[in-house]
Amino acid sequence: MGKDLSIKKVLVIGSGPIVIGQAAEFDYAGVQACRALKEEDIEVVLVNSNPATIMTDENIADKVYIEPLTLESLTAIIKKERPNGIIASLGGQTGLNLACELDKAGVLKEYNVRLLGTNIDSIKKAEDREMFKNLMNEIDEPIPDSEIVSTYEDAKKFAEKIGFPIIIRPAFTLGGSGGGIAKNEEEYEEIVHSGLQQSPINQVLVEKSIAGFKEVEYEVMRDSNDTCIIICNMENIDPIGIHTGDSFVVAPSQTLTNNEYQMLRTSAIKIIRALKIEGGCNVQYALDTKTNQYYVIEVNPRVSRSSALASKATGYPIAKVTTKIAIGYELSEIKNAITGKTVAAFEPALDYIVVKIPKWPFDKFATGDRMLGTKMKATGEVMAIGRTFKSSFKKAVASLEDKHTGILHYKFENLSNEELLNDLHIQDDRRIFRVSEALRRNFDVQKIREITKIDPWFINQIKDIAHLEIELEQKPLNEDLYRQAKDFGYLDEEIANISKTSIEELKNYDYPAAFRIVDTCAGEFHASTPYFYSTYGEECELSEFKKEHSANTDSTINTENIVVLGSGPIRIGQGIEFDYCSVHASMAILENGYESVMVNSNPETLSTDFDIASRLYFEPMNAENVMNIIKKEKPYGVMVQFGGQTAINLAPKLAKEGVKILGTSLDSINMVEDRKVFEKLLSELNIPQPKGRGVKSAAEALSTTKELGYPVLVRPSYVIGGRGMQVVYNDEELLTYINEALKFSGEHPVLIDQYIEGLEVELDAISDGKDVLIPGICEHIERAGVHSGDSMSIYPSRNITKNQERKLVEYAKKIAKKVQIIGLMNIQFIIKDDTVYVIEVNPRASRTVPIMSKVTGIPMTKIAINAILGKSIKSQGFGTGLHRTTGLVCVKMPVFSFQKLNRIDPALAPEMKSTGEVLGVDYSYKKALLKAFIAGGYKFGQRKQRVLVSLNDHYKKPALKIVKKLYSLGFFIMATWGTHKFLEKNGIPSKMIEKFMVEKLQKRMKEGRLSFVLNTPTLGKNSQTSGFQIRTIAEMYGIPCFTSIDTARAYLSAVKTYDKGVRLNSETITNYRKKRLFKSIFRRFKRF
Amino acid sequence: MLVTLILEDGTILKGKSFGAQGTQIGEIVFNTSMAGYQEILTDPSYANQIIVMTYPEIGNYGLNDDDFEAENPRCKGFIVKNSCENESHYKSRQNISTYLKTHNIIGIEGLDTRFLTKKIREKGVMNCLITTENIDEHNVSEKIAALNSYKTNKDIVLEVSCKKACQINQNGDINLALIDYGCKKGITDSLIQRGCKITVFPADTDAEPILKGNFDALFLSNGPGDPADCTLEIATLNNLIGKIPVFGICLGYQLLSIVLGAKTYKLKYGHRGANHPVVNLLTKKVMMTSQNHGYAVDTTTLTKIMDATYKNLNDDTLEGFKSDSLKIEAVQFHPEANPGPTDAAVIFDDWTAKMREYKKLPVRKAEEMARL
Repeated sequence: MGKDLSIKKVLVIGSGPIVIGQAAEFDYAGVQACRALKEEDIEVVLVNSNPATIMTDENIADKVYIEPLTLESLTAIIKKERPNGIIASLGGQTGLNLACELDKAGVLKEYNVRLLGTNIDSIKKAEDREMFKNLMNEIDEPIPDSEIVSTYEDAKKFAEKIGFPIIIRPAFTLGGSGGGIAKNEEEYEEIVHSGLQQSPINQVLVEKSIAGFKEVEYEVMRDSNDTCIIICNMENIDPIGIHTGDSFVVAPSQTLTNNEYQMLRTSAIKIIRALKIEGGCNVQYALDTKTNQYYVIEVNPRVSRSSALASKATGYPIAKVTTKIAIGYELSEIKNAITGKTVAAFEPALDYIVVKIPKWPFDKFATGDRMLGTKMKATGEVMAIGRTFKSSFKKAVASLEDKHTGILHYKFENLSNEELLNDLHIQDDRRIFRVSEALRRNFDVQKIREITKIDPWFINQIKDIAHLEIELEQKPLNEDLYRQAKDFGYLDEEIANISKTSIEELKNYDYPAAFRIVDTCAGEFHASTPYFYSTYGEECELSEFKKEHSANTDSTINTENIVVLGSGPIRIGQGIEFDYCSVHASMAILENGYESVMVNSNPETLSTDFDIASRLYFEPMNAENVMNIIKKEKPYGVMVQFGGQTAINLAPKLAKEGVKILGTSLDSINMVEDRKVFEKLLSELNIPQPKGRGVKSAAEALSTTKELGYPVLVRPSYVIGGRGMQVVYNDEELLTYINEALKFSGEHPVLIDQYIEGLEVELDAISDGKDVLIPGICEHIERAGVHSGDSMSIYPSRNITKNQERKLVEYAKKIAKKVQIIGLMNIQFIIKDDTVYVIEVNPRASRTVPIMSKVTGIPMTKIAINAILGKSIKSQGFGTGLHRTTGLVCVKMPVFSFQKLNRIDPALAPEMKSTGEVLGVDYSYKKALLKAFIAGGYKFGQRKQRVLVSLNDHYKKPALKIVKKLYSLGFFIMATWGTHKFLEKNGIPSKMIEKFMVEKLQKRMKEGRLSFVLNTPTLGKNSQTSGFQIRTIAEMYGIPCFTSIDTARAYLSAVKTYDKGVRLNSETITNYRKKRLFKSIFRRFKRF
Repeated sequence: MLVTLILEDGTILKGKSFGAQGTQIGEIVFNTSMAGYQEILTDPSYANQIIVMTYPEIGNYGLNDDDFEAENPRCKGFIVKNSCENESHYKSRQNISTYLKTHNIIGIEGLDTRFLTKKIREKGVMNCLITTENIDEHNVSEKIAALNSYKTNKDIVLEVSCKKACQINQNGDINLALIDYGCKKGITDSLIQRGCKITVFPADTDAEPILKGNFDALFLSNGPGDPADCTLEIATLNNLIGKIPVFGICLGYQLLSIVLGAKTYKLKYGHRGANHPVVNLLTKKVMMTSQNHGYAVDTTTLTKIMDATYKNLNDDTLEGFKSDSLKIEAVQFHPEANPGPTDAAVIFDDWTAKMREYKKLPVRKAEEMARL
C-alpha cells in the first residue's frame, strides 16, 4: 500500500514526566517515531511537558512544544499547527488517554485530524474492562472468570461456581486497598465485606485467582494488510501475582514447549486482529503449570515498557515500525534495518538470552513497603544479554549497581534455616536472592518451587550458580573451574574473593571476553549491527565488524574512538537527564570526527538504541565489563562526566588500569568530591561555605552545634539503610538524630553542617580550563534544605541582585579554573544576607543540563565535548561568562510517584524523592508558574474548599502571610491546635480540629471536600505520626500536600493567576526564546 | 567426554558430549527456531544431517509423548550451546541427553554454535564428521579423508519411508492417499483433524494401487535429500498427475515441480527455522512459516501449466505453486508447523475444502487425460 501521501504534518504526543510505570521507554519510542516521520519528509510537531527528554530537543522534531499535556493545551496546539494526523500510541497511557479526550471533545473532528495507527474504538475495546471481557468472550479467548458484585450473597454465588482461591478487588479504591486473595470461605466473607465497605460505590470485583500461573507476554505487531508478527515473547520468572514491571523477566520464554509457545502466539494474533490494532501491542497471559489452560490477562493497545525491552532484546525497532505502519506502510514494505536485505515482516530469532531485573527505590526509601503485588514499584530496570541464562542472569544482577555483585544471597546469610524457610514465601524485591541463599544451603528445589511457585528450571539455574560458588570456595582454582565460572558470568573480582586468589593470578588464565552481535536473525543472514554483548570462550565479532565498516566509510574519518559511559538504570536521583547527556555526548563525539562507543545497561533509554553511537555495548556498568570493552576497542579515551554518578564512580578504577579519562581529570574530580580537600580549596579561593564538621559522639555533636549555632544540617558520611540528611533546630532533635545515626554509622562520622536557610541557587557551566560559559542561573522556590531535585526552580532568576549575580559568576569561574574543570560542572549556592555560599560542586553533567540547554538554546553537552576535545569555548560562538536571557521564562516542577510506593513520607527533605519533572514555559513568571503546576497535574478552577493547615514552630511565623492570602482567596481554613491558636492570635479565623483526626480527614479527602493540605513536618520520621499519615493519605487521594510554605506560596500565586483568567501562550520552545521582548529588558530595569 | 567436530573445510571444533558415543558423518545444517527442539530432532527430513541449533538453551522442557514428529529420530547429530540436564515440564518424560543416548545420536554442547552457523552461512552446507573418539594428529587426516570421500545416500527417502502401505485412521469423509517420503506426524494430524481418512503408501509405491484405491486425492509428504535423486518417486508421480488431485508439502512439492517440468537447485544453506515470511502472491497476505528445506524450485523454470502461489520475502525464492487444470497444489514451507507458527494452517482448510469439491466433480474422461 505504501505511505499515505495525504499525511504531511503529524503531531506526536509524549508521555510527560517520568513516574513509576511510565518512564524513559517513551522517550526512546517518541524519538524513534519522530525520526521515522522525518525520514518520510513529514513535518513533525512534538508536545511533551518533560524537559529532560531527548524528544524535546529541537533537532528531533520540526516544532517542539514543551507544554502541559492537557486537553486545553493540546487543543490550542492543534488549532495553531493544523496537523493532518496525531500519533498517540507512543506516549504511554498519557498519550492514549489524551487522544481519547481529544476525540471525545470533538477536537480531532473539528480540525480534521486523523488519529494514526490504532483507532479509538480499538483502544477502548482493549482498555475498558467490560468491553474487553465481551470481546474475549466473542472470539472465544479465555479470561479469568470474574463478576462485579454489590452484596456478599452475590459474591458467595460466584464463589460456589468458581471455587477458591478468589481475588477481591474493590472498585475505585486507590492502590487496591481493601482487596486481597481469599483461600477459603471465612477469609472470603471478611475480605468481601471490608471491600464493599471501603469502595465508595460499594462494589467489588471478584475474580478467579490464578496466582502461581506462569506469566508470559507477547509483543505483537500488525499492519493494515492484516500481517501479524510476534517480535518476541517474554517469560516472567516471578509467577502471576507480581506486576510484570516488578518481575524478573527472561526473553525468550524458557520453559514453554513449542506447542505452548504457538498456542499463545496464535491467541495473541487472534486478539490483535479482533482489536484491529495497527502497530505494536502487548498481550499478557497466565499459563497453568500443569495443564495447557491459559488466560488472557491484559492487552496494551500501544507501545509499552515491554516493547522497549523487546526492541532492545531483539534489535527489532518496534516504535519505528509502529510509526511507519501508522502512516500507511505494510510490514512487507519496510526494510529490516539490521540485515538491510530482509523485510520487517519476520519474527526475530535470538541466539542469546536476555534477562531483565527491575531497579527499586528501596535503598533510598528504607521505610518503604518492599512487598510487590499488582502495583508497580520499580523506577527503572536493567537488562543483560548472555549466551546462556546463567551468564545473562549474573550480568543483570551485576548491572543493578548494588554494593555487591553475585547472586546477592549474602543479604540473608544471617537467617537461620528455619527463618529462611519461613521467609521464602515473601514476595518482595529480594525474593530471588532469598532463593539463592536457600539453594546455597541445599534446600530442596521442589520445596522452593512449592513455596515460591517459581518454575524449577529457573531455580535449578540459580542453584548451579550458587553451587559453583561453593565449589570455588572449597576447591583450588584451576583453568577449568575458572572457565566455568566465567561461562556462568562470574566477575574476576568475585572469583578472586571467593576462591581467595588475587585478580593478578587470574590473569594467568587465558580466557578473554569476546563480543557478539545482536542481529535479529541468529546468524542466518549477514548483518553488521553495531550492537554488542560479551561472552567468554567464543569468537569475537568486533574486528570483523570494524574491518567491514572501515571499508565502507570515508578514509578521512578518524577511526579513533571514544567511549561514553552511560548512567545505568533509572533511579531516584539519577534519571533520564543523564541519558540525555550520554546521547548528546555520543552525537558530539561523532561530529568531532571520532567514532563513539556507548556502554549502558538500561533497556528503556535512547542511549541503548543502536542507532545512537558507532557501536553500542549492552553491558553492566561495572569496571571489569567496561575494561573488557576498552581492551578490545582501544579508545582514545573515556568520557565519564555524562553518565551521572555511575560513570564518575568508575573513573578511579579505569584510570588505575591506565585508561585516559577525558575532560576533567581524576585528580580534579577528587578535589571536589573529597570533602576535606574541597573545604580547603574553597577557603583558599576565599569563597564562603557553610561551616561543618564530622562527629563520632553525641558530646562532640553538641559541642559542634554550640560553635555553629542552630539550625544545622546533619547526615551520615556513609549512608546505611537510607537514613539521610535532616535539618535539626535544637539539642533535643539533634540527639534523637545523632543517637540513631551513630548506631549505624560505626567508624564513619556523622556530618554536621551549618544550615543556612537562604535562597538556593544553582548553575551549570562549561569550562575549557580557561574560560567558562554559564548558560543561565536558576533560583529555587523552596528555601535551602529541600533537595535541588525536589525543588521548584525558576529561570531566569528573579530575586538575585546584580551584585550577587556577579559573585555567582566569579565563584564559578574561580572554581572551574582552580579545579581545572574541562567540560561540564554544576554548582549549588545559598544566598543569605548578601553572602553567597557554595554548598556543592559536581564535576559532571547534572540534572539541569537538558533544561538549560533547551531554554537557553545553548547545546551544553556539545560545547562540553568540543571543549574536552580541544576546541576553546571562545571559538564556539556562544561567548563566555553568563549568557544573556531572553523573553522566555520557565519554572521546573518536580513530579513524585508516592501513589505507587507505600509508607513513604511525601514531605520534602534534603533527600531526593521525585522521579521526574515538568517544565512550565511562557513569557512571564506568573504564567510559567501556573503552567508548571498544570503540567504537574494540579487542578485549577475548582471550588475553593477546606484547607488543612498544620505548621511546626519554625514555620508558624513565616507562614502567616500565606495563610492570610489563603483566607482572602476564599479558602476555609482548618488548623490543628497549635496552629489554630497562633492564627487566632493573629486575627485569622480558622476551625480547630482535634490533633489530626485521621479517619475523619480521610473521609473528607475521599469525598473531595479538602482542597489541599499545608503541613510542615515535625522531626522524627516516624511513620506512626499523624502528620505522616495525613500526608500519605493526601497523596493517596491525589490531594495537593505542601510541606514547604514556599511551594504553597507559589501555588497560591498560580491560583490567583488562574482566577484572573489570564491567557496562557502555546508556543514552540524556539519561539519563546526568540522573542527578546522588551518586556524582559523592562523586567530587569524594574528590578534595579 | 569430548566430541570433535571436523568440517569439510578443515575447521576443527571441540565440545562436550551429551548424547551417544561413536562417529558420524553427515551434512551440517542449522535451525533458528527458539522452541521445538523435540519436533526438529524427530523430523525425518533431517535424515543424514547433523543439526546445529542456533538457540543456545536446549532441552529445558525435556521430551514429552505428544510432540514427536516420527517414531525415531533420523538425524545423525545434534549440536547445541547448552543442553539442559534438569528439565522442567509437567509433560516431560525424559531429558534430551537420555533421549539422544537411547537413539544413538551424538550430541555436542559447549561449542560456539554461532561461529558454526556463520561458517555454514558463508560456505554453505558442508559435510561434517563428529566423533567421540580421541582425535590426534595421527587419525585426524584419516578422518578428513573419510569426510571427503563421504557421499550422501541417494536412497535416503526409501530409508525413512514406511515399508508397507497401511491405513492410519478409519474415519473421515475424504479418502486420501498419502505417499510417505518421511512424513511428519504434524501433516497427518492436520489432515485427520480436517476429516481425511488416510492410507499411507511407501515412497517406492507404484501408481496402480493409488489409482485403483478410489481415493479422492493424493498427498505428497515432506522428506529428506535431493529431489533430483528421487527418480523412482518421480516416475510414479508421472503416472499419477492429472488422474487424481495432488497436494504436496516440501519434498512432495519439489517432486511435483520436477514432474511438471520445472527444475530444483540446492540453496547455499537452506531455510530452517520458524520465522520465514511468505507472501501469498494472490492475496498479498503475509504469513510466518515454519521451514526446513535445502533445495528450492527455480522460479525461472516454471512451466506454463504452473502458477506461482507463494514467495519467500527474505530471498524471493518460490514457496508454492499450483496447476488448476491438473488439480495440483503444493507448498515448500510447512503449514503443519511443528515447530513454528501455525499461520499457514489455513492451507489445510483450503486444501481439504478443495478435496471435497473435487470429489463432487465427474471423473475425467480418458481422452481428456491423454491430452494433458
